[in-house]
Amino acid sequence: MSAVAAARRLPVGDLVAGWARHNAWTLSLIGFFVLLLIFTRMIQPSYGVTGVQGLAISVLPLALAAVAQAVVVISGGIDLSIGSMMALTSVVSATLMKDQSGEFGFLVVLAVLGLGLVLGAINGGLVVLTRVPDIVVTLAMSFVWAGAALLVLRTPGGGSADWLRELILGSVGNEWIPRAAVALVLVVAVVWLPLRRSVLGLSLYAIGSDRLAAFRSGIPVGRTKIAAYTVTGLFSALAGLSLTASTGIGTPVPGPYTLQSVAAVVLGGVSLAGGRGGVFGPLVAVVILQLIRTDMTFLKVNTNFATVAQGIILVGVVMVGSLIQIRRSRS
Amino acid sequence: MTAVTRSRSGVSAADLRRLFRDRPIIPLIALLAGLVALSELARPGIVSPEWAGVILRTAVPLAILAGCQTLTMLTAGIDLSVGAVASMTGFLVATLVGNVGLGPAIAIALAAAGLAGIATGVGVGVFRVHPLIMTLGMSLVVLGLANVWQLQMVQTGAGVPAEFRTLGSGTQLGIAPNSLLVFVPLAVVILIGLRRTGFGRLLYALGDNPVAARLSGARGWQVLIVLYVISALLAAVAGFLISGLTNTASVTLADSYVLPSVAAAVIGGTSILGGRGGYGGTIVGALILTVVSSLLSSLGYPEAVRQILFGAIIVVVAAAYTRVTSET
Repeated sequence: MSAVAAARRLPVGDLVAGWARHNAWTLSLIGFFVLLLIFTRMIQPSYGVTGVQGLAISVLPLALAAVAQAVVVISGGIDLSIGSMMALTSVVSATLMKDQSGEFGFLVVLAVLGLGLVLGAINGGLVVLTRVPDIVVTLAMSFVWAGAALLVLRTPGGGSADWLRELILGSVGNEWIPRAAVALVLVVAVVWLPLRRSVLGLSLYAIGSDRLAAFRSGIPVGRTKIAAYTVTGLFSALAGLSLTASTGIGTPVPGPYTLQSVAAVVLGGVSLAGGRGGVFGPLVAVVILQLIRTDMTFLKVNTNFATVAQGIILVGVVMVGSLIQIRRSRS
Repeated sequence: MTAVTRSRSGVSAADLRRLFRDRPIIPLIALLAGLVALSELARPGIVSPEWAGVILRTAVPLAILAGCQTLTMLTAGIDLSVGAVASMTGFLVATLVGNVGLGPAIAIALAAAGLAGIATGVGVGVFRVHPLIMTLGMSLVVLGLANVWQLQMVQTGAGVPAEFRTLGSGTQLGIAPNSLLVFVPLAVVILIGLRRTGFGRLLYALGDNPVAARLSGARGWQVLIVLYVISALLAAVAGFLISGLTNTASVTLADSYVLPSVAAAVIGGTSILGGRGGYGGTIVGALILTVVSSLLSSLGYPEAVRQILFGAIIVVVAAAYTRVTSET
């Protein structure tokens, strides 16, 4: 008994240290986020509950898109059709939910999530079957899904069930905890945490870091890849639903989410080569980018310089990251 | 079983496959001819010299931008900043031409594009940033700066110079578009440059096997810097033509060309993984995309169907390529 307890007690420190080292990037992102919040509060003392709530709602679609991208990038792929899948799922949900009851809206949400799974599975299936590079297939499919979105709804319209809108408005318990943020973290945790602990999750990382080694260890590479794209489709559908929920309508033209999600994934510490990183880093990166944008408006910086800054931050962070890597490989 | 069937009836099939692998431009041209025939079948009388002129005029800017993708894809890169750079240069010239004259305005625009190219090249070549990320970041920087410039210039107003309009949308005898005057020399330089010059071979070498290229003495970072400068300058030329073609100057004018330019290079047989492809196929690829979208719009299909078919064609052609080139 005491031996067990001792054995249990001993590695705790190591475990924590290991966990911290493993998530160093995410932890430093969170640290930076906290500093940034304090800074925001300093330059704009009125930044408070409404600011935090607005922040949570405005990052929701991109945050979910970034999670979607992170899953597929970890498995060694890339999905350039996320923005289009978001547009498609958003217009489908908005068209079906318009002037319908809340209960029907619930069915619609389930159906749209199913649609996301199907779209993702088609993407993944095509990548595996045709053996064409991921980037080409998903680029082509981005045209297909965007076209399908236009078929469903030619101009922005439709509606959203009230409960879906209320799901992300307001706060939970303490007024400082926006409902949108809780919804986001809950959804991501519910899907990602079990996935990551499962065999499938391990396989995702395995095929991302070394496809051949994964194949030789008996991992069904093709099936795992399709699964990765399917999960990406699911998160894209969630992102699409969040678009419907936050705007109240569906818009058939894809937003800038695809490329921004790639940027957020890289800033969030996921390697584009695959096999490294998680989904929470990209989440925090999205929030930081949005908060920097807000700060720049507070500082009365021209919003166009904010775009420039975003580009420089993106490139700069990646440069520093690869410099560190080059140093490490030399020493 | 398969070996038997192949050896009995497959001699010609294997030969065909080898032909397609070595000269992928032949099936591409056949596809293009088929599409033209389909256009004529669908709308009898539509195929005419004037029609060809319109197709060429529309395809030229796309083909130039697809050239940027071809060159960068040969080194396993990609250039997503072509849209922002092309829009920026077209816009710069349109806003500057009234004050400084056409020549200096073009020179300033080219210099700005060159600077963006150097920055991208340094990022990719020296700092080893993934080209996707580097060019994505660069397009944000260029777009933002162009927007800042737009706010500065809002009082003076902007106008696309008449020379650009003549070059971008004018024709000789109503048929041959003037933009060919720019495009043909450019295309010849790229085609010969890729096949006959050391720089061209270096691009293939870097994309095929960067380690081997480095060990045989190639300075990858220098090649990449020059490459991304060339790509930015090509994008600038395309930007001039697009602003002339549409007679508008806006900081997001060429954005819609970015993904089709990648698609044209892919359809043309350039591998996004590097080391394989060429500009000839890319030109045909750009023509194919232009004919397809003209065919679909002449049939009265809505934009939605056009996009769906567009995507489907890219997947099918790319899959056919992979099938043909991967089987030895």
